[in-house]
Amino acid sequence: MKMPIPDAGTIAKRAEIIQRLRAIVPGEGVIVDENELRTFECDGLMAYKQLPMVVVLPETTEQVAQILKTCHELGVKIVPRGAGTGLSGGALPLADAVTVGLGKFKTILDIDYENRCVVVQPGVTNRAITDAVEDAGFYYAPDPSSKIACTIGGNIAENAGGMHCLKYGLTTNNVLGVEMVLMDGEVIRLGGKHMDAGGLDLLGAVTGSEGLLGIITEVTVRILKQPDTAKALLVGFPSVEAGGACVAKIIGAGIIPGAMEMMDKMAIGAMQKFVDSGYPLDVESLLVVELDGPEAEVVYLTERVREIAESVGSSFLRVSANEAERQQFWKGRMSAFPSVGRISPDYLTMDGTIPRHRLPEVLTRMNELSAKYGLRVANVFHAGDGNLHPLILFDANIAGDLDKAESFGHDILKLCVEVGGVLSGEHGIGVEKRDLMGEMFTEDDMKQQLRLKCAFDAGGLLNPGKVYPTLHRCAELGKMHVKDGNLPFPDIPRF
Amino acid sequence: MSDIFKPENDKHVLDALRWAATGNVKVLEVRGHGSKRGLGRAQNADNVLDLSGLSGITLYEPEELVMTARAGTPIAEVQAALDDANQMLAFEPWSPKGLYGSDGGTVGGVFASAVTGPRRPLVGSARDHMLGFHAVSGRGEMFKSGGRVVKNVTGFDLTKLMAGSMGTLAVMTDVSFKVLPKAEKSRTVLLFGATDPGQAMRAAQNSPYEVSGVAHLPQSVAARSGVSYVSGAGASVTAVRVEGPGPSVEVRCKALRELLSPYGAIEELHTANTASLWSEIRDVSFFADDRQLWRLSVAPTDGPAIVAQLPGEHFFDWAGGLLWLAIDATDTANADQVRGALINGGHATLMRASEDVRARVPVFQPQADGVAQLMKRVRAGFDPHNILNPGRM
Repeated sequence: MKMPIPDAGTIAKRAEIIQRLRAIVPGEGVIVDENELRTFECDGLMAYKQLPMVVVLPETTEQVAQILKTCHELGVKIVPRGAGTGLSGGALPLADAVTVGLGKFKTILDIDYENRCVVVQPGVTNRAITDAVEDAGFYYAPDPSSKIACTIGGNIAENAGGMHCLKYGLTTNNVLGVEMVLMDGEVIRLGGKHMDAGGLDLLGAVTGSEGLLGIITEVTVRILKQPDTAKALLVGFPSVEAGGACVAKIIGAGIIPGAMEMMDKMAIGAMQKFVDSGYPLDVESLLVVELDGPEAEVVYLTERVREIAESVGSSFLRVSANEAERQQFWKGRMSAFPSVGRISPDYLTMDGTIPRHRLPEVLTRMNELSAKYGLRVANVFHAGDGNLHPLILFDANIAGDLDKAESFGHDILKLCVEVGGVLSGEHGIGVEKRDLMGEMFTEDDMKQQLRLKCAFDAGGLLNPGKVYPTLHRCAELGKMHVKDGNLPFPDIPRF
Repeated sequence: MSDIFKPENDKHVLDALRWAATGNVKVLEVRGHGSKRGLGRAQNADNVLDLSGLSGITLYEPEELVMTARAGTPIAEVQAALDDANQMLAFEPWSPKGLYGSDGGTVGGVFASAVTGPRRPLVGSARDHMLGFHAVSGRGEMFKSGGRVVKNVTGFDLTKLMAGSMGTLAVMTDVSFKVLPKAEKSRTVLLFGATDPGQAMRAAQNSPYEVSGVAHLPQSVAARSGVSYVSGAGASVTAVRVEGPGPSVEVRCKALRELLSPYGAIEELHTANTASLWSEIRDVSFFADDRQLWRLSVAPTDGPAIVAQLPGEHFFDWAGGLLWLAIDATDTANADQVRGALINGGHATLMRASEDVRARVPVFQPQADGVAQLMKRVRAGFDPHNILNPGRM
């Protein structure tokens, strides 16, 4: 993977840049010491590391605006960073860039139960939003696995998902407004406590833009009332096909579960070994289906899901008898990553989405790839929305294993696109999948996306080298594609 | 001379846009059935790009909850196909009949204008259901974004940007979108003469009973309903819709009746009447007349204070977050007064007025300078020569 070549001129100006930043953020808010910088050298994608040129930790929107304005004047690149839990290298530092950490933006500014929304600073963790409102019976629905640590600003940058997305939507469906700073230091507000923002939906475009369009300094999210009851079913199948058929039939019957997670035999074994969740070991696939809502609805739907599961030949079925058991069923799935960590020295977590009905075919071809590369793969996935997380097991101490694992992962993502899916369901593109964008998009598709970038950041200073494989100057993107001047179009019907 | 181009495939659209974007730049009015021509500033384009020939459902997988249709596909055709599979467009696109007196409408038009109905607080708007699209930009380049799966963070989400862009960025040739199962049962709890309608609406909306619509009709508006329980109430009517599996609906309605009983007398509508009433609310058919019509999106708690300052007749949807206001026609459509009444942000759209009023009065909420400039730059990235529906937004 290649990153933009560091700009020697910028690096030569490091002392001046530090001085300018210290004038904006005094004291320990500017980090220059190599040992301290090491804390920021990667995000959750630890395969790639790079010391930042300097890290700055602002505390106010005004400071963020001044930092960006200064860097804009000096032509210095910026890498925004939340909690650093991203899994695709979106917050990977650059040697010639200022990393702007939003960790000090930790205040919950307004809890407005009447309007069902909360206004927070971007460094507030996803879980902390729910913690702040759960006593009143509310919660914030998107729930990425890292919700205890990841910040809401990072969630917006990545359009983070989680298990509840099928029923309750992604981050983009739950954000009402933001305050953000553009690269030239301008502060703008998009949306608010009202539902529709009017004009072009810039808020929708900013969500999931991986820090390439601006730095978010305030967020308004909607909160939901907690459902009365939740029940989980643990359903095992003698084949992956039967598990897939069960998922399709549940949705086909008009039932949208609060969460529906599936795992294959290797993942089941690893999880059950790690924590006793009551998972059966003699099944090929296992579903955890959670139904939430009023008790009468949950009871009714539980029976319907049971009937559907039995109709497609489930070989194991248990319904959680109480809240403790429901939690127990989830324990295994929630510990998917550490579980797999116990059965392999290293693993790569992949993230792609496919149309659900292609699942058996994709798993079969994944097993063929597993044989080809000589590496094991365990699968956990959000069955309700087709978001796969193949975990590729390897040993970094074996020469060539990491390269093989990466090639295997790339082949899986290409397969996702081939069957009508996409490269990323919730982890983002970052640097990890950047060079695969061409699998999904044509040059013209990407040019149009980059023109959006140019509207926000004409100098291309915000998080360069991420998401898009080719750096274009905005002037190049502005060129018109003209074919032979005035085109005749005799085959268009005219009236 | 004005021309009407009626492309039958993507290549025709591409050719037309390349023609329009080169040499002597030509302006195009992009339209499907033209059913929402009353929305936005009136077009005075030299040429019309009529997408109604670009029609047909190209993919429908009910078990995947996804459909793809050409931009000019009649929305009625989509709804008929969904009906057959007992599914629906959950965001409830409104019929333009009540607003503009026009029938029809296309898939492209529904998403380009990002229409949305009473279920918005529960399930989102058109933009939340749009998964991907193919389009030709004002540069004469074909491109796509998004996909046909629900969970997708691959590149910038241009799909959201296209939803509601009123055909000013690019010409969509097809759209992929999410569909959802129809509910087994639907009921509406009615509250007559609520003592504090704002509080009653929010109590229902913020309950754990997953309501799929909360509206309030003042007495004069309720009197025009085709549902006799509503029109005959002789009082204001607050309506709360509950949808889902049968046993669940029963229990939730009972709980809502108890929750709302301190606010006034309670009645309940069954399936057919529920469908009729919520169609009226969705299509704003209470105001199917010649008055000027405003649509205000606000924080729900702001609604009552806002209407107290304004003339005309109103009703609330989205538990107070959406305010429809019909006023007698004036040259200015009372724009300054209406927009001045927005307390804590929000936006007001002039949904219906004569062409000359819509030419003078900003139809959509004017944006703050920085945002307006940004939108201008974004638009230039898609359509630098301003050939697509210029001035409509």
